[in-house]
Amino acid sequence: MKVMKIVVCVKQIPDPAAPGSLDPSTNALKRDGKLILDDSDAYGVEMALQLVTAAGGGEVSIVSMAPNGETSGMRTALAMGAVRGVLVSDPALAGSDALTTARVLAAAVQKVGMPDLVIAATESTDGYTGTVPAQMAEVLGLPSVTFAKKVKVEGGVLKIDRQTEDGYDEVECPLPALVSVTAGVVEPRYPSFKGIMDAKKKEVITVTASDLGITPVGWSGAGQKVSSVTQAEARQAGQVIEDDGEAFNKIVAFLETLKVI
Amino acid sequence: MTINNVWVFAQGSNATVSSFTAELLTKARDLTDNVSAFVAGDGAALAESLGKFGAKKVYSTGDLGGRLAGVAAASAMAALISGGEKPDLILFPQNYDGRDTIARLSVKLGVTVLTNSVDIAVVGSEVVATTPIFGGNVLFATAFTGAGPHLASFRPKSFAAQESGGGAAEVVAVAVPDAGATGAAKVTAVHVEETSGPKLDEANVVVAGGRGLGESQNFAMVEELSKLLHGAPGASRAIVDAGWVPYSYQVGQTGKVVKPSVYIAAGISGATQHMVGMKGSKNIIAINKDKEAPIFAVADLGIVGDVHKVLPKLIEALKSRG
Ligand SMILES: Cc1cc2nc3c(=O)[nH]c(=O)nc-3n(C[C@H](O)[C@H](O)[C@H](O)COP(=O)(O)OP(=O)(O)OC[C@H]3O[C@@H](n4cnc5c(N)ncnc54)[C@H](O)[C@@H]3O)c2cc1C
Ligand SMILES: Cc1cc2nc3c(=O)[nH]c(=O)nc-3n(C[C@H](O)[C@H](O)[C@H](O)COP(=O)(O)OP(=O)(O)OC[C@H]3O[C@@H](n4cnc5c(N)ncnc54)[C@H](O)[C@@H]3O)c2cc1C
Repeated sequence: MKVMKIVVCVKQIPDPAAPGSLDPSTNALKRDGKLILDDSDAYGVEMALQLVTAAGGGEVSIVSMAPNGETSGMRTALAMGAVRGVLVSDPALAGSDALTTARVLAAAVQKVGMPDLVIAATESTDGYTGTVPAQMAEVLGLPSVTFAKKVKVEGGVLKIDRQTEDGYDEVECPLPALVSVTAGVVEPRYPSFKGIMDAKKKEVITVTASDLGITPVGWSGAGQKVSSVTQAEARQAGQVIEDDGEAFNKIVAFLETLKVI
Repeated sequence: MTINNVWVFAQGSNATVSSFTAELLTKARDLTDNVSAFVAGDGAALAESLGKFGAKKVYSTGDLGGRLAGVAAASAMAALISGGEKPDLILFPQNYDGRDTIARLSVKLGVTVLTNSVDIAVVGSEVVATTPIFGGNVLFATAFTGAGPHLASFRPKSFAAQESGGGAAEVVAVAVPDAGATGAAKVTAVHVEETSGPKLDEANVVVAGGRGLGESQNFAMVEELSKLLHGAPGASRAIVDAGWVPYSYQVGQTGKVVKPSVYIAAGISGATQHMVGMKGSKNIIAINKDKEAPIFAVADLGIVGDVHKVLPKLIEALKSRG
């Protein structure tokens, strides 16, 4: 069987459990605290590890673009079993739009060496444009299958169940290719203690955007600017009652006033 | 800048445009009279329906023969534009093929994308799209700064669809250029999940269940209640990921956006990603055993209680009314 080389995009994001905040001077999402591996990308890492195992050999590398030389999220992916990483970190990248991000990540993939397969998540948790994967594929000249909920490789061909509006499509695609995976495609493993220790020693190369030959980046390359930020009208909470065994009657009465029943 | 020419990435089936397409066409008409639709598929079959919502012209690729829509549509659009067509703005649905197409086209044209928008307008000399962030608590207005065509994608139900009373759109057949390696993916089979009752995003009542139901078989209570109310069952992502119900049931940021008269959330915590999909409902009823659950902040009627106690009684009460 053919050996599989896979590169997984892993985004490192502010903890989504903490309330997000904006930098008042730039109106960009604050990313100066500790960053963690975007949960959505844990599925991609797991998928890649399983595909390599199924192929009987190969390796999983990771690429990430993040500020301040941040690698904590990448270490999680390395602890799961990825072997090496390329981090693009550069103050000039602040304010980059999805298109610039895709160009940078595509260049990072090429820095690792063109793999058989590039994997990303369908969308990130913090920016969720959901366009970066297909943009990367276009930059790299690859076919892409987005929204994959099942992925296997048979005879060098990808066989994918792609989620659709009212079901799913079976899609076949030759390698090399890019796939974006949905949450739930596989169950991500927890890094073992040994994995965590080994991850500390694994190689992460840090480069800047200009090292990769990508300009302009950041705000100047973005083709968009924030023109205003306003507070949306909040929905008011109504009545909250404790169930005393009869609360269902309140629901029945409410449905009656709404003329639903 | 003035907007004189707007395209809409349009979809539909059985000679009828999707509600999403109707919404986008309605918005496009707000901006200009010169609205065209682009269909990655048989646009001629949709010409009448598209015209009803104000499209004057429909660019039609014809049957794609198993090619994925994203690459094919982006290549055909880019060819039209390099051939001299000049859309100022192209509106996309934030969905599967819409996202693939806007992404591919942005690279081909070298222009940015504004995504997840809920509105777009010309403000002074700028084209500005509005996007809610932090679960809808903050509205971000972002202006395009570069040259057009400007590419923007929208959340479903951002606009109320209205017919224009126009006649059938003029059909313009467009060729799909050979996309080389990028076009190599092929659809080999299509699976449609059968559903009965009203569609989730069109139902007047939605009863949605979450992890608080405890076990997959308890979703039957949600289904029964929704049937009694002539509504549609929905779900949080937690139970979709757990495999209790198909993805088509999911409400939220990565699922469907619903705006029914009544939304009943049973055992759903109210994560921001869930709430962006249901906060626009006219009336919200929540049942959750945790009185601190965020869902109560948007509920018109909140019941702090156990779904295993409240739902069976509610179902009995409704049944006994006949
Ligand atoms: C609330 C918000 C809204 C935004 N809206 C827009 C917009 O409308 N248009 C626009 O151009 N930009 C927008 N941005 C900026 C955009 O988020 C950034 O450009 C970001 O670097 C890439 O986009 P994403 O995270 O949305 O990618 P998505 O396309 O959602 O990401 C999909 C997948 O690509 C991979 N990936 C993406 N970024 C990285 C990374 N840095 N490192 C490794 N892998 C990655 C991951 O696998 C990820 O899950 C927005 C940012 C925020 C915070
Ligand atoms: C990028 C991204 C996109 C996402 N998109 C979506 C999306 O589209 N839709 C979506 O729903 N989620 C989405 N999520 C997931 C979201 O963040 C939440 O994890 C999810 O909505 C939680 O589902 P839940 O409310 O069912 O489960 P939980 O958060 O686990 O909540 C269960 C609730 O049930 C209550 N409960 C427990 N037992 C009982 C009982 N016996 N009786 C009554 N109440 C009980 C608990 O108090 C709790 O509040 C997304 C997440 C990410 C990162």
